[in-house]
Amino acid sequence: MAEGPPALELDSVSVRRSGRTIWHDASVAVAPGTFTAVVGPNGAGKTTLLKLLLGLMEPASGSVRVLGEPPRRGNPRIGYVPQRRSLDVDVPVRGVDLVGLGVDGHRWGFQVPGARRHDHRVRVNRALDEVGARPLSRRRVGRLSGGEQQRVLLAQALAGDPDLLLLDEPLASLDVRNQVVMAHLVNRVVRERGVSALMVTHDINPILGVIDAVVYIAQERVVAGAPSEIVSTPTLSAIYGAQVEVLRDSHGHVFVVGLDQEAAHPHDH
Amino acid sequence: MITDVVGGVVTPQVTWNMVRDIAQLFDYDFSRHAFAAGTVVAVVAGAVGYFVVLRALAFGAHALSHIGFAGAAGAGVVGADAVVGMLLFTVGGGSAIGLLGTRVRERDVAIGTVLAFMLGLGALFLQLYRGNVNNTYALLFGDIYGVSALALLITLAAGAATLLALACIYRPLLFASLDDEVAAARGVPVRAVGVMFMVLLALAVSDAVQVVGVLLVFGLLVTPAAISERLTARPARGLLLSSLLALLFTWLGLAVAYYAPGPPSFYITTFSFVTYVAVRVGTGMRERARGALPVLESL
Repeated sequence: MAEGPPALELDSVSVRRSGRTIWHDASVAVAPGTFTAVVGPNGAGKTTLLKLLLGLMEPASGSVRVLGEPPRRGNPRIGYVPQRRSLDVDVPVRGVDLVGLGVDGHRWGFQVPGARRHDHRVRVNRALDEVGARPLSRRRVGRLSGGEQQRVLLAQALAGDPDLLLLDEPLASLDVRNQVVMAHLVNRVVRERGVSALMVTHDINPILGVIDAVVYIAQERVVAGAPSEIVSTPTLSAIYGAQVEVLRDSHGHVFVVGLDQEAAHPHDH
Repeated sequence: MITDVVGGVVTPQVTWNMVRDIAQLFDYDFSRHAFAAGTVVAVVAGAVGYFVVLRALAFGAHALSHIGFAGAAGAGVVGADAVVGMLLFTVGGGSAIGLLGTRVRERDVAIGTVLAFMLGLGALFLQLYRGNVNNTYALLFGDIYGVSALALLITLAAGAATLLALACIYRPLLFASLDDEVAAARGVPVRAVGVMFMVLLALAVSDAVQVVGVLLVFGLLVTPAAISERLTARPARGLLLSSLLALLFTWLGLAVAYYAPGPPSFYITTFSFVTYVAVRVGTGMRERARGALPVLESL
């Protein structure tokens, strides 16, 4: 595992949005150079955690640190792939153009031909190669399949040479085969680059075999730890109440029962 | 048939000598002004239009031209130059539309509401103004042969400023237009860039109205860009091609209108329309021939 300050560090953080508490008193840390899953039911505040780290949202109380610093907008050390519907079919740009914006799209002006251009191309090609998307990169992005688009977007995030990747539901629109491909791609990037990755997912199973840690968000509470330690009946029951149960099938897939229903009716108690 | 600035009827004839015919296009001041203004307007409209199509702002561009109409009519009431009123109204309206954000459904309803109100305001101003009908007609359908030396100078200055500003915000604007969430996370001031673009669009619209008028702004601002975005998937190339197409349509329109009956705006919009249809049919056939309909490809 990489040296340095934790990838993220929350100290008794509470988050509120339009008067509603999303979660509160979260104190968790994620070691650098790790692949971490952020799981929990829909609407539990998983994306909220990413917005907090990106500096797009302020905590109501507590302190947040990303890579040892307070969060700030436009942090070049973070690569971000937001949750999305697929790109419009007619978007008139190629994958290579999107990835190029990941290198210098935030700079004013336009790209001047010259020495910088070579460096730009090297970074774009490196990022594309890492996710195996170079052969796709000359085609219109809107014409690529969901899995291919996700790889191009991951390359865009990597093109900025980040120390932390924030990936919001990159597996959501993919079939099982592509989910596995994506999981292994992110895992390889984490190991080879020594970066940290935080992947939000509603289903932990496709990445269970490759992650180092889990951040579990449900019922206004956030916990973190090793996967086997967090995703277990005793731990989740102790944290969230007696009715939580973790089931395992013969393939090692886990199913958490008892948290979804609660989250779907947060005002019933 | 066209009338020159002093009201005399000019009837140039097409001959077999093309060089002579083309040289004849520049015989008169009004025609030279028309080509100069048309060139500036087309290049600017093509470049700005690229982002109009990319940002799905076609309706906003349409609305801005109507807002400009109210401004021009209002300027008539207080005795100011039409261009001044148009610039004031479009820049104000453009900033407001920019602040509405990028959620298309909400934005379009808001734009439509403002558009209707502005047209009403324009109707009121016209009645107060009681100006001659010719001015109103010129505003609605363009009057490129009526461009004065002063108006040409204003057009040139506004056009140069617009292109310069567009070059300055090019990369973050492209980033924000394609993916506002990632752009915002990378530190692009997405909303500010959006408002800046709307101001540039306001300038481009005010310029374009002189050539093709309020009702036909689409022909220069949207159609060339739409054609270009079907033909190329490279942003810089697409922007240049969009400008070139707008320029080509404008020059052809002016040249044909010089010899044939009908206003230049008719020929400009006709050339852009016909090219658009041809390109749509052509690219559609190419895709079917590849057996790769986009819908099937994404399954």
